[in-house]
Amino acid sequence: MRPRTPSRALLHHAAFEFGSGLRNRAMLLLLYLFPLGFFLIAGALMVGLNPGFRETLIPAMVVFAIMAGCLLGLPDPIVVAREAGIFRSFKIHGVPAANILLLPGAAIVVHLTLVAAIITVAAPLLFDAPLPARFGAYLGVFLAAAAAHAGLGLLIAVVSASTRATVLWSQLVFLPSVMLGGLMVPSEMIPDTLATLARLLPATHAMNAMRGLAYGDATAFSAAGSLLVLLAGAVLGVALAVRLFQWDRRAEGRRVSPAWGVLVLAPYVLGALLL
Amino acid sequence: MAQPAIVVEAFRKAYGDVEAVAGIGFTVAEGEIFGLLGPNGAGKTTTLECLEGIRFPTAGTLRVRGVDPSREPGRLRDVIGVQLQTSSLPETMRVEEAMRFFCAYHGVAPRLDMLDRLGLRSKLRAEYGTLSTGQQRRLALALALAHEPPVVFLDEPTAGLDVGTRAELHALVGELRERGVALILATHDMAEAEKLADRVAILLAGRIVASGTPKALTAAAADLTRVTVRSEHETLAARTAQLPGVQRQARKDGYDVFFTDAVGPTVTAVLRALEEAGDPLVDLRVERPSLEERFLELTANGGVA
Repeated sequence: MRPRTPSRALLHHAAFEFGSGLRNRAMLLLLYLFPLGFFLIAGALMVGLNPGFRETLIPAMVVFAIMAGCLLGLPDPIVVAREAGIFRSFKIHGVPAANILLLPGAAIVVHLTLVAAIITVAAPLLFDAPLPARFGAYLGVFLAAAAAHAGLGLLIAVVSASTRATVLWSQLVFLPSVMLGGLMVPSEMIPDTLATLARLLPATHAMNAMRGLAYGDATAFSAAGSLLVLLAGAVLGVALAVRLFQWDRRAEGRRVSPAWGVLVLAPYVLGALLL
Repeated sequence: MAQPAIVVEAFRKAYGDVEAVAGIGFTVAEGEIFGLLGPNGAGKTTTLECLEGIRFPTAGTLRVRGVDPSREPGRLRDVIGVQLQTSSLPETMRVEEAMRFFCAYHGVAPRLDMLDRLGLRSKLRAEYGTLSTGQQRRLALALALAHEPPVVFLDEPTAGLDVGTRAELHALVGELRERGVALILATHDMAEAEKLADRVAILLAGRIVASGTPKALTAAAADLTRVTVRSEHETLAARTAQLPGVQRQARKDGYDVFFTDAVGPTVTAVLRALEEAGDPLVDLRVERPSLEERFLELTANGGVA
């Protein structure tokens, strides 16, 4: 037996996960077709109705793509794989639990980077949308937002007992995020009570940080604070997902209650109270 | 004396109030094929899953080449090769990709020759979701053996396989034995166990009700040996009482079937009777009770032979 080379295994695994995003039709739809289709429709429709919408078109569509990929696309294959016994096959061949979660999450972020690049290039050409003023900050906020949503998506996957539950949890975050997160309606136009509640959503912080840090716009609350909330949410989401991971439905051992997953809200609750 | 490759002592496994395995013990030596037989729910898969580190024992000692499966999962992966009863791979994973993927995790070069041998050469680019059940089982087997583990667990390995692949699997198992691999074979297929296993244990409701070599187990069977005879003029039917050792007689498809506890005298008497009657012999077969019949006998009696 040759000496173990974890990097070779990691490379094969990462390549497979990235390829799955293109081979799996559902993933292809949620990662590329849905957000890019929505970008084209929203860009044409909303900019026509409200020319001011073009000011936030790029961040709004990039955050939308992040939500579609991480909340709607990421959890389902993980639940399906667990229920089908795929992770048992992985376990008997020595695939670490962390790789099973982290590599799909990382692959999604790479796909989302491509989608974000397409939106960023196409939006000014198609809809005369302004580019971010600070590209470094734009990239940093994008990665933080993607990581926070990916952590949340992974957590939804590990606490959901079935794909039906996954859809419920995902929609519980996705729909309010679209309505209240500042993507379609500027956060300044949302009533105060709802605006405070909206700060429990990672999308709100993603939009706030994008506008404040990448575009240099004035924001209702601290954009740097939002970035910190996103980073804390990412770390906590991924850590909780790895801790609560189960190899299969009947998995044994040091079982931790999925209810601990609620801890992921901590940075967002603090953000709503303190920012 | 060499340590056994697999040690199971006073092993118990309970799921809540249900005791799936109720204190069993056995050992498997290097180069030995051990058959674990039993009806559904007997505890075969639970026993294997605990040895594979997928589940944890409630009580008892399990060792695989000295490794405690529940405490040293990392070391266990290099030692064992597993074909699970129900396993799956991602639908979009290609056959060759699966071989490279898992071999990378085992730290060995991909064994494409194994795919060739198991008839998957033409499917290298095929996605797992497009394979037939038999092809999926063959891939699982190839992956289980690719890193040349010294201990192999096969759970219902020939379920869904065609005759040719089954023969190939049997040849593979023979080679593994020659290489000194310790192998546990959990199966419903008694003929397969009888053919392949050096020793077997019959599990019933979580307990071992019989164990030993297939030959020893069948020799202990209460069943009688069958002597099946066909003659040209069918004159034997009326002569049961005159045949020594015959306990009962039946007629099926033109054959006289004698159930005897003394094969030699019965066959001698059959031949003599036919000669005396001037009735030429067409066909004669002697069939000892099979492992399957012994298994059915044990399971029908709830494990009391």
